[in-house]
Amino acid sequence: MNATSFALSRELPRTLAMPIGRLFRAYLTEAKYESIRALRAPAFAIPFLLLPIVIYVLIGVFLIGSMSNGNTKVAVTMFVNFATFGVMGPGMFGFGMFVATEREQGLLTLKRALPMPPTAYLLAKMLMTMLFATIVMLTLIAAALTVGHLRITAGQFLLLALIEILGSLTFCSIGFFIGTRASGKSAPAFVNLAYLPMMHLGGLFYPLPKSAQPIEFLSPAFYLSKLGLHILQSPSLDEISFGATGPSSHVGVVVCVAVLAGVTLLFGWLALRRFQRLA
Amino acid sequence: MTQDCLAELSGVSKRFGKIVALDGLDLQVRREELFALLGPNGAGKTTAISLLLGLQRPDAGAASLFGQSPLFVETRRQVGVMMQEAALAPELRVREQIDLVSSYYPNPMTPVAAMEMTHTEALADRPYGKLSGGQKRQVQFAIALCGRPKLLFLDEPTVGLDVQAREMMWTTLRRLVNEGSSIVLTTHYLEEAEVLADRVAVLAKGRTIASGSVNEMRALVVRKHISCSTSLTIEQVRTWPDVESATRDHQGLHITAANAESVVRELLAADENLQDLEVRRAGLAEAFTELTQETAS
Repeated sequence: MNATSFALSRELPRTLAMPIGRLFRAYLTEAKYESIRALRAPAFAIPFLLLPIVIYVLIGVFLIGSMSNGNTKVAVTMFVNFATFGVMGPGMFGFGMFVATEREQGLLTLKRALPMPPTAYLLAKMLMTMLFATIVMLTLIAAALTVGHLRITAGQFLLLALIEILGSLTFCSIGFFIGTRASGKSAPAFVNLAYLPMMHLGGLFYPLPKSAQPIEFLSPAFYLSKLGLHILQSPSLDEISFGATGPSSHVGVVVCVAVLAGVTLLFGWLALRRFQRLA
Repeated sequence: MTQDCLAELSGVSKRFGKIVALDGLDLQVRREELFALLGPNGAGKTTAISLLLGLQRPDAGAASLFGQSPLFVETRRQVGVMMQEAALAPELRVREQIDLVSSYYPNPMTPVAAMEMTHTEALADRPYGKLSGGQKRQVQFAIALCGRPKLLFLDEPTVGLDVQAREMMWTTLRRLVNEGSSIVLTTHYLEEAEVLADRVAVLAKGRTIASGSVNEMRALVVRKHISCSTSLTIEQVRTWPDVESATRDHQGLHITAANAESVVRELLAADENLQDLEVRRAGLAEAFTELTQETAS
């Protein structure tokens, strides 16, 4: 049989088993090419890799740094909040836009007709999101250490990065929910409808007025940022502005983890149900 | 299901709301054959293929691949697919697209081998999004066969191809069948089915209205075409009992007749100087048109 020969054996097995090594390779290859295509897509890679670092340096370091007269607590809080902002986008847009477009343009149908391992599609997108989140965290940490002059330990950086990277899965889940329902053209609008309020009402960039603080509880971004702040033992912007008296100051680590896990599972479950029905 | 039957729909019905897409359809794809599925738009071809690939489930009846449910990924590892509407990731290069799909199969060919077989080597490093429509079809063909599948489903594979690329694809398809693959082909180009297919099934309104070899399908149309150079006029010929129609152009006289033999005898008797006599059976296109018109009426 030469390299391009197709010659087949006479016997016809009913099914074809895949050696475990090849199966593992199939998952890895799917994740590799999902990441490569996302990195090569300028409309996706540029905003989600460059925007967090640029905004963090301009606003988080220079603007708010000078407004707070170099208050180190404010600096740490802004770093955590910008890290949360940075990991939200890839998951929400990566799932929301790509799933909607691939569903609409037939790629998902082709992959389902081909013998792609059933969970490879979703795992690849999750790994791609986590890769983007890792790059975002590395660039933010580099900026925090150089221009931000942040004094936190390597262990704290590592733990925060881990939380933020895992936390990006919550936003994958919300993006996946939108991607299974919206059309390719309307998906960016729907993702933005969820992303922008979640970001602004989560208290990431400015403290909300005391009376409006309960709104923060509706934003998963608030819980991820709060979790990071707990790790670094730093106050939220609300607490810096109004003291530890607002409703958000009573949200502990367990509540943050439970809400993030709950949101991830709820939207993931709803999206999977729809995804399987589409299948 | 015999060992020689690779894919089968038996008594399959499928509705989409009030529309009946398939109505008790029976269909078999045999080993080492190129099976063409023909039919007008809305006949149920795409639904039939979707059921065989496990993309949809039948409301009634059964779909099987290699004697198993097509829903199992283990079953589909013996299948390659080329769909009419599937936009691959535009950012990935051709070699990468093939490498990705190859990874789904236990014993695939290398991307280079798949590109050689489909004459796409020159496109290896080009992003898929920058290819022309015809080049994209060739790459999709490479993707369909890179896993060395035993059964290939090709939906309108030559749409958008130039004449040379289409002939190269035809050659590759015949080669695949000769080497033991089976192919299910849906096409609007009837000459493609006529040249390639071992067996043809014509669908209309979700049912098989005819199936058999290309010759058997042609034989369903009784009339034949007679052409010759003669001094006889259209008016003279039209009065003969077996003649259905007669026309004349610069190449001579053209007659359509149900009983060609008797018309030929009359022609030869009426014109001793008759030349360039040619009798042709109906083509697949004519058989297709007649069959589908009968069903529609």
